[in-house]
Amino acid sequence: MTTAISVKNLGKQYRIGAAQGKFRYNMFRDVIVDTLMMPVRVFQALRGTGLRGTSGTSTIWALNDVSFDLEEGRVLGIVGRNGAGKSTLLKILSRVTEPTKGTVSVRGRVGSLLEVGTGFHPELTGRENIYMNGAILGMKRAEIDNKFDEMVDFSEVGQFIDTPVKRYSSGMYLRLAFAVAAHLEPEILVVDEVLAVGDAEFQRKCLGKMGDVARQGRTVLFVSHNMSAILRLTQEAIVLKKGQLIKRAPTQEAVDFYLSSGQAETGERLWSAEDIPAAAAPFKPIALRLKDKTGKVVDTVRSIESVTLEWEYQLDAPLTGLRVGLYLSTMRGEYIFTAFDTDDAKQYEQFGARKAGRYISRCVIPADFFNEGRYSLGVNASSFGVRRYFMDENALSFNVDVTGAPGTQWPEMRQGPVRPRLDWKIEKID
Amino acid sequence: MAKSIELARQPETIFIKPSTGLAALNLRDLWTYRELVYFMIWRDIKVRYKQTMLGAAWAVIQPVLTMLVFNFIFNGGIAKVQTDSNIPYPIFAYTALLPWGLFTSALNNASRSLTSNQNMVTKIYFPRLVLPLASVLGGLVDFAIASVILVGLMIYYRVTPNLVSLWTLPFFLLLSVITALGVALWLSAINVQYRDVNYVLPFLTQFWLFITPVAYSAKVISDKWQLVYSLNPMAGVVNGFRWALLGANTGPSLQMWVSVGISALFLVSGLFYFRNMEKTFADTI
Repeated sequence: MTTAISVKNLGKQYRIGAAQGKFRYNMFRDVIVDTLMMPVRVFQALRGTGLRGTSGTSTIWALNDVSFDLEEGRVLGIVGRNGAGKSTLLKILSRVTEPTKGTVSVRGRVGSLLEVGTGFHPELTGRENIYMNGAILGMKRAEIDNKFDEMVDFSEVGQFIDTPVKRYSSGMYLRLAFAVAAHLEPEILVVDEVLAVGDAEFQRKCLGKMGDVARQGRTVLFVSHNMSAILRLTQEAIVLKKGQLIKRAPTQEAVDFYLSSGQAETGERLWSAEDIPAAAAPFKPIALRLKDKTGKVVDTVRSIESVTLEWEYQLDAPLTGLRVGLYLSTMRGEYIFTAFDTDDAKQYEQFGARKAGRYISRCVIPADFFNEGRYSLGVNASSFGVRRYFMDENALSFNVDVTGAPGTQWPEMRQGPVRPRLDWKIEKID
Repeated sequence: MAKSIELARQPETIFIKPSTGLAALNLRDLWTYRELVYFMIWRDIKVRYKQTMLGAAWAVIQPVLTMLVFNFIFNGGIAKVQTDSNIPYPIFAYTALLPWGLFTSALNNASRSLTSNQNMVTKIYFPRLVLPLASVLGGLVDFAIASVILVGLMIYYRVTPNLVSLWTLPFFLLLSVITALGVALWLSAINVQYRDVNYVLPFLTQFWLFITPVAYSAKVISDKWQLVYSLNPMAGVVNGFRWALLGANTGPSLQMWVSVGISALFLVSGLFYFRNMEKTFADTI
């Protein structure tokens, strides 16, 4: 067996101070002040006493000392929370960005289904875009000529192949783009499902393609939050946590490990200063808690009881138009709902503008809502159309126990993420 | 079938590691991606005049209108500028406007080439040099279209090209491409981090036009300033064009070689700067 990928002591450092300077505008006033201060900053920069040094340019290691080897023809799953370094690892492997330290050797062409449609130009026809996109992905012209008919068949756009793609429906556009990427036939395929575009149908196509590639004996790296997909498609997985590789094991073992340790298991998520990007200021998340009806912080809730979700946070400066909210999704990554504390017009009138200080936004999810299983809570604090201060789509996860819920007298799995107690009426009409 | 392709393409092992010191230029990589350069040029040209009423005529209209304005102002209308060797002013101006147009459109397109192809830069690996290079080379098509007018002008004014020096024209064309590429590499790489380039560029090209003998003859510069003047590589390009086509001025002199040297300096420094910044493009763009 030859080694397809060999990663040694890989590290990637990002500077977060630089981004802070760029994205800290949140009000027009700031922009004006910033512009007026420009000559001063240029002068200071020239003298070498720039604000940048004093305001603390901090760095983070998005990947730190990661090493692993992967043999040809294996399918490796990569799991970890958001910000654990999964995407950074894939970016380095596909040579989009350079590591800060360490080395990687990759045998063969690396293709990724992320590249779908990159370089597509709306004014060009389908045919022209196939050639353009193929060239960008590193295909030779002869190679594209060879596979052209196959790609057109696969994309099902047939008669529209000489129409500019700006006239395509979004579905046609994606199918065509995917057709090119799918025919690249790389030795190593990288799939980052987290960032994959498109609808469920499209994602399923991606996964189908991945399965084909794996069966052909190619090497696949698969990133997903969808544990069942990871279990189904990979034999082995690595777990990343804060840029470090903390586990490599057969998939079942790695997923169990991840679910039981990587995720906050306590029913409470606390944010320390280093977890909060500088760009979030003046918003500062403190804690997200899951409480049962007696007010106790729990990591397993009962479906037949109501659950209280509370997010505690601090505002270092007054904010206007603020909304603080939650995403609820299944571990497979399907959203169940998104809700904000100022969704109600009256609430918004009262709390849209908030003074600096410490707050708790709390809501109650009624009893008889969840089905059995594991759920993920994400958080978001933003001003609509202005700025997103903070977001973590996977801040906390928890289990639901369905004992006593409707239908539990039958020992079977019920499909779907919700398990409502519906008001059934049964009539005999004859 | 699939098997034979497989065998034909032995996988190559790529080593990824942090580049240290001055990044190697790695022009071999660029050669591997030559087809992409071709496709990018082709895409730019295909798209450039889409949904415009006049289409490719714009490649002609811009230099011709500039020439007419110059002609009105500098050829007796307001002021009288002495041309070299009594060449009719329209031809005199137009021979300079051709390389000048190539230069400015190259700067405009290339400086934005990385930022406007952001999704390519952040998603796929390819030598980033492809983007500014294709933008600069794409300008050659407009240059060729606009050149047709020059032929017409020369027939109209019965000016015969200088056959002795005409063969050097490709060299000066190459020089203008090198100059444009050198400056464009600097601007495009800086633009990734500081979008100020977009605001600086109009001033830069306007200012540069004043110090380049487009509307006037380089002979109006007094002798003691000639050498300083030739530090502007575009002065060498424009003088070279006039000399190659019309036999105007004296031809390659010390000043010309200074211009060539500066162009080469722009290109080499631009290449190294670009290569060195390249590794941060995906993170900072």
